[in-house]
Amino acid sequence: MTVATWARRHVLSTEDWSRDEIELVLENTSAMTEVLSRPVRRAPPLRGRTVVLFFAEASTRTRVSFELAAKALSADVVNISAAGSSVEKGETLLDTVRTLDALGGDVIVMRHSASGAPYFVAARTTAAVINAGDGWHAHPTQGLLDAYTLRAALGDLAGRRIVVVGDVLHSRVARSDIHTLVPLGASITLSGPPTLMPSAWRCGALPPGVTYEPDLDRALDGAAAVIALRLQRERAESGLLPSLREYARTWGLNEARVARMRPDAPVMHPGPMNEGIEIEASVAHGARSLIAAQVTNGVAVRMALLYLLAGHPS
Amino acid sequence: MVLPARADLERRGLLVVPGFVDLHAHLREPGFEDSETIATGARAALRGGFTTVCAMPNTEPPIDSAGLVAELMAKGAAADAARVLPIACITRGRRGADLADLVELARAGAVAFSDDGSPVSDSRLFRSALEYAQVAGRVVIEHPQDVSLSGNGVMHEGAASAGLGLPGMPAAAEETAVARDLALARLTGARLHLTHLSTRTAIELVRQAKADGLAVTADVTPHHLALTDEWVSGSRRFAWEGSEEDARQGAAIPYDPNTKVNPPLRTRADVEACWAGLRDGTIDAIATDHAPHASIRKEVEYQDAAFGISGLETALPLMLAGVSAGRAPLETVLRALSEAPRRILGLADTGDWIAIDRDAEWTVDALELGSKGKNTPLLGRRLTGRVVIAVVNGKVRYDAGASAAFA
Repeated sequence: MTVATWARRHVLSTEDWSRDEIELVLENTSAMTEVLSRPVRRAPPLRGRTVVLFFAEASTRTRVSFELAAKALSADVVNISAAGSSVEKGETLLDTVRTLDALGGDVIVMRHSASGAPYFVAARTTAAVINAGDGWHAHPTQGLLDAYTLRAALGDLAGRRIVVVGDVLHSRVARSDIHTLVPLGASITLSGPPTLMPSAWRCGALPPGVTYEPDLDRALDGAAAVIALRLQRERAESGLLPSLREYARTWGLNEARVARMRPDAPVMHPGPMNEGIEIEASVAHGARSLIAAQVTNGVAVRMALLYLLAGHPS
Repeated sequence: MVLPARADLERRGLLVVPGFVDLHAHLREPGFEDSETIATGARAALRGGFTTVCAMPNTEPPIDSAGLVAELMAKGAAADAARVLPIACITRGRRGADLADLVELARAGAVAFSDDGSPVSDSRLFRSALEYAQVAGRVVIEHPQDVSLSGNGVMHEGAASAGLGLPGMPAAAEETAVARDLALARLTGARLHLTHLSTRTAIELVRQAKADGLAVTADVTPHHLALTDEWVSGSRRFAWEGSEEDARQGAAIPYDPNTKVNPPLRTRADVEACWAGLRDGTIDAIATDHAPHASIRKEVEYQDAAFGISGLETALPLMLAGVSAGRAPLETVLRALSEAPRRILGLADTGDWIAIDRDAEWTVDALELGSKGKNTPLLGRRLTGRVVIAVVNGKVRYDAGASAAFA
């Protein structure tokens, strides 16, 4: 079915990917799910390879997911985190890249608070770079795991309308969901406060396949799925929101709102959740929730990418 | 060296014109000599055809005393390159709190006043500056920006910033400042020069103000006439190149910190408005806002990089490319680079001149640039048009080596 062959050196964003490339990753993810279901969850394709986890911004979930993925493929894993490392002592990103490159890792998985930082690193290293989240820009493995999870629940995404609600302006998840789900045939309805929407998108210059509907009830009517974004509490303090309470009442997912979607339409969230703000606990842990499946599938997606970038030819 | 005869040079196909005057450049000395010195900046100016260059006072210390003005002029003279003219601060220490001694600064040799980079946000103080500068006989050069609105933005706020996930500076941050500045110019009747205008509405506001008879002038930079915010996303298409396929150069890696500049690179509609303003005289002058930076301040994450483009040496070929693309007549561009800035600053004609080879192709190479600032998104690019000779005060102060061939 898929004609694409893998030719990428890095995974920085899916924005410029073809549908075939996305399909190829999803197919490999499916194979990795099988590996993870074995009694011994380990396969050899990255034996002798070194995966460097460079997390310059705090993250436990994504880092652990990558670590499990790398280890399931028999790679050696090295952790470099911001806290306590030279990054915190004022070492520049340029210094860090030079060091990482000299150390000779095969794959650098990086999380960074600055949009575009993975491009900076990729241009200066011989290793393959996987973006594990850069600023507000992209989180391609989240987009791919969301696509995989939605495919597993809904089948073909062609013609399906998926709502993404919350702080789109500051969300790398929203951007990567757009750039992964739209090529697979889905359309996206963004919802959330106008102050947390990129102004160009609010004023009509939206990416292809994307619309904006500030009224969440209207956005959810007949939708195929909803993805709620994490709301950073400091948004209310910076003048972008009147209060968290008002946000929860206007854009929080609750039982009544979720019922406006198609029957069995799933609810997703990239985590970590602020229960009671962007999502009520009963929805987060209810029958429609795929939030646990997202976490499980995340490991398989990351295995697929590590395999495609650094796996030994079999 | 023998002064070549202008007629000979013209006979050989060179364009011989009055030397350019840059009314807005950052020469970084004192304080930031790793980015530029007066000597390297004055030499870079000559290579770009600027026989006179005005140095902005945002140095460390800022140029806010007669002694500092005199020191800067002495260093400029010693450089034996382009004429270096100091612009002094409007406010003491550029702090925006109280006026510098403007009359004394003018007597010492300051040709204009500006707190460039830090607009005077206190409207009452800016009113005083406009009124008081009249007795000093010098123009106030204002960098229009409402910093509370531009906030922590690092590029133009629009479709490109939305896609890249970078905080934006809305066009309105420039436009509200221009509107305030024009209102104060109207109130005081004073001369005002607005520098590096970059948005369609800002230019429209100036057009109306001029129609109303206000004593306001304005400039635009070569990069705002040639590049767009798509360059931050990696496009290397000049504003006059129709589609990505027409572009002579393919896309680059996104987030190049050399595209980070304030005011930011804007949209195509804004660029077209800049050219329209230049054509109809709303925009008087072209100024480089040459902002050299040592690589340590540029080879970092986009959001942390310093603002600025090193522009003295690429201004001429960019403007010639715009002329070739039909954006403005050659005479308009040349006037905006020489006669207009002289008029704005009230400078006498010194008779300095340059010879240009309009057909010379060259590649922008960090090692070849005279400026210490290699921070230009044009690095590696083939450009057409180069200065071969620059004559200052009756002497050849720059010779690209080609003059021998013409002798």
